[in-house]
Amino acid sequence: MPESMDDSKMTATPLTRVLGILGIVAGVLMAVLGLFISPPDVVQGEAVRMLYLHVPSIWIAYGSFVLTSISSLLFLVRSRRREDGGRHYDRIAGSAAEVGVVFTGLTLITGMLWGKVTWGTYWQWDARLTTTVLLFVTYLGYLALRRLPADPIVRGRRAAVMALISFINVPIVHYSVDWWRTLHQKASLSVGRRPEITGEMYWTLLYSALTVTIVGAWLIVHRYRVIRLEEIRDEENLKMLISSRRHERPTGSAADGEVS
Amino acid sequence: MLAEVLLLARKDLRIERRAKVALGQVAPLTLLIVVVFAFALDANAPLLEIGAGGLYWVAVLYGGTLLTQRAFEIETEGGNFDDFRMSPIKVHSLFLGKSLSLFIQICALELVLTPAVLLLYDVQVTDWLLLIAAGAAGAVAFSVCGVLWGVMAAGLRVRSTLLPLLLIPVLAPVLLAGSRAFETALGIRADAGWSWASLMFVIAAVHTVVGLAAFGFLLEEN
Repeated sequence: MPESMDDSKMTATPLTRVLGILGIVAGVLMAVLGLFISPPDVVQGEAVRMLYLHVPSIWIAYGSFVLTSISSLLFLVRSRRREDGGRHYDRIAGSAAEVGVVFTGLTLITGMLWGKVTWGTYWQWDARLTTTVLLFVTYLGYLALRRLPADPIVRGRRAAVMALISFINVPIVHYSVDWWRTLHQKASLSVGRRPEITGEMYWTLLYSALTVTIVGAWLIVHRYRVIRLEEIRDEENLKMLISSRRHERPTGSAADGEVS
Repeated sequence: MLAEVLLLARKDLRIERRAKVALGQVAPLTLLIVVVFAFALDANAPLLEIGAGGLYWVAVLYGGTLLTQRAFEIETEGGNFDDFRMSPIKVHSLFLGKSLSLFIQICALELVLTPAVLLLYDVQVTDWLLLIAAGAAGAVAFSVCGVLWGVMAAGLRVRSTLLPLLLIPVLAPVLLAGSRAFETALGIRADAGWSWASLMFVIAAVHTVVGLAAFGFLLEEN
């Protein structure tokens, strides 16, 4: 890190350090609760422990995509009014989408491992699984759009529109188990419906959700700051290039002068 | 507005008639795909019969993506979007006009592909009305989705690889619904074929609403 960079350009702040430490401690406790204290399920046996990571991962993915959509909407509204084009919201949208994609990927991997133990196969062309993989690929496309070499405001606005359209997939994934007959079980916890699980398993799942939320928030904050650092680096590189170009000796005209 | 839509669609179709890309290159290419599928499945007649609906829509998906790319290349190469922005033509007319021209080109592609699949995969049509309705619904869905996502990738340096990445996940439900509807129309599966065809119209309607709302935003940035 160059000496000229002050603390505001570092990726860590007291808040992220506290979040990070909290995430590690909560993660260790989650592992103890999920692996040792929570009992095995009557039907699923030990495989149920996978759900303490699988279910909260998709919740955080949904939450991240909600944040991406809200930030994208705000970016579209503010990018016309503010001098900086409201790029703050664009950065939040990008950071949240990246974290959402990571957690969707984690959901798919943990789901496949759980499926191998419970269903006897890693993959089934079931509505929930298929819509989840489409959600994953759609947001990969969104991230690809964000990485294109183009004017940041132009790219940000296109990405914002895409984020808003892509969000349609989130309720489709969530309600796919209710709308179609699927092999995938219905939601373990749902608003307005009695929980499918109780006791230690219920509390372990809630606690896991809290832990994964802390880790997700920590990742989003860090990713936001890394995106900002990348922008600062690009701006400083551009300034350096312009400056070095200005200080170049005008060889052609000097030579002409000497001759004359 | 209708006059503007028809004018823009006619403009695209006139360019297409002169260049002959859709019928001269894309249609033969999709025919080749239909033949190559048969090679890949070892010309297994029962397997081809079962998969005829799905293979047909995969070929349409591929051809439709190429036609969408072409529809936006002719605009970005000449910097036509700047001209559109300065002209009194409404943004909504532009979206609907491009969708209409793409719809007609995809329909032409389907007219070439349908007899090819029926003959080469040796399948019989049991419900012609459903086959035509599903084909039309698929063409509408492909065209509006294509125009919406096409303008998103237009003008970018890597648009040829970006467009399929953006478009195919969105069109996957259309592919699924089209395949199921065709399987019913071809008597391969006793299923709710009309529900699947209706689903394609719903997808098209949703994308039309979103496209009309967002097209202006996206066009401004080209």
